[in-house]
Amino acid sequence: MNAVLLSADLPYWAISLLRVLGGLVAVLLPAGTVVYLFLFKMLSFMQSRLGPMEAGPYGSMQLFAEVGKWLQKEDIVPASAQPEARIFKMAPLIVLASTFLLVVVVPFGPDAWFTNFETGIFYALAVSSVSVLGILIAGWSSANKYSLLGGLRAAGQLVAYELPMVLAVIGVVIQAGTMNLQEIVVAQNAGSMFGWDGLGNPYVLTQFVAFLIFMISVQAELSQTPFDMPIAESELVSGYMTEYSGFRFLIFFIGEFATAGVFAMIASVLFLGGWGVPFSWFGWTTIDSIDNWMNVAGPLILFAKMMALVFFIMWIRFSSPRLREDQLQRFAWKVLIPISLVNIMLTAVLKVAF
Amino acid sequence: MSPFLRSYLTVVWFGLAAFLVAGLLLGISALIRPNKPNREKMLTYESGVDPVGDGWSQSQIRYYVFALLFVIFDVEAVFIFPWATQLERYAGFGLVEMGIFVAILLLGLVYAWRKGVLRWV
Repeated sequence: MNAVLLSADLPYWAISLLRVLGGLVAVLLPAGTVVYLFLFKMLSFMQSRLGPMEAGPYGSMQLFAEVGKWLQKEDIVPASAQPEARIFKMAPLIVLASTFLLVVVVPFGPDAWFTNFETGIFYALAVSSVSVLGILIAGWSSANKYSLLGGLRAAGQLVAYELPMVLAVIGVVIQAGTMNLQEIVVAQNAGSMFGWDGLGNPYVLTQFVAFLIFMISVQAELSQTPFDMPIAESELVSGYMTEYSGFRFLIFFIGEFATAGVFAMIASVLFLGGWGVPFSWFGWTTIDSIDNWMNVAGPLILFAKMMALVFFIMWIRFSSPRLREDQLQRFAWKVLIPISLVNIMLTAVLKVAF
Repeated sequence: MSPFLRSYLTVVWFGLAAFLVAGLLLGISALIRPNKPNREKMLTYESGVDPVGDGWSQSQIRYYVFALLFVIFDVEAVFIFPWATQLERYAGFGLVEMGIFVAILLLGLVYAWRKGVLRWV
């Protein structure tokens, strides 16, 4: 993709625009459809039912049927939310934009990336917290007691679990010595554990504590069970989403699944070696010696790893009960944060020692 | 423009794409969806009964305290990142330095803990 675009004599903005459009249409749209179907089928099978079967073969076109249905639904802004109607309508878009912006830094292959920021993971952590704003706005502007409670709970939860997540990532940054996601991928696949490079050095093995903390924080950031107090259906009737209807509700709903997918992608880049396979298998040493076909195979490998992680996120979601609000905060501040601080120091000591 | 700033153009494209995709779909939806408001439909949802009082109310101070604690810790976490990338160069010196820093960080957490700030109820 890169070579073809660069050979044509285009200005920089056109190249980057084509890159984004190509990536969105060719990679993210099909991937989104597949992941969406996979999740729906998975949760249906867990509940001993078939799931979507009508739209397309085995319900494969369910996402499009869903969009087609929700497009025809009335868009209701409650009377009490009318003074804030503009930001009420804006909130789902902010949440969606946060998800879109997260994809920017994920590398899909040796040359297949949207951007190659030096501070990639830093950017991802910063952008991921933008969704808090959307959720707070949604909760506040709904002028509904449930929504307000849900919005505040969501904000409190995202704030509490952002910290262990950031601190867990530092462990990876120490090991890789860089914040560039592409270089983190290379460092994992070109690395070796105690001199043995058959598997590279996937940080899920050497940073196991950080991986666990990261996945727990992701679960909480996405408000998935067991951390779904902000959108608890049985107490808060979906919290900040209570007053949303029609397509705006669907944006929240799809945004939730999409964010799960994107976070799983980032987790697989940080801990599972991203798009790469251990370089020793093919005799590669640096990123420049990688064969060109990895640009095609890379995204597929990344998606396979991402699906596995999404499966775990959803598995826990569909099979565990809800925590209490005070238990959630206690768990973050008194367990996860001290552990992740100790993990940082331990990683640093080992890094300097070896 | 420097390549550093130029690469952020992609971020702009993605932000625009998010709003364009959502805006396009909402626009299509506006053309084909019905719009028949009535009083009951526009009421605030409160489990099916008429809503009581105002939807906006004061919230607990504890959310504010936790947010404040978060800001302190997050800003300090920002300082750890550049250190983490350069650890190989600083070696033992950086290790001791960061040990002191993290110890102070933990001390702050223990202080908040002892003060009962971390108690939710």
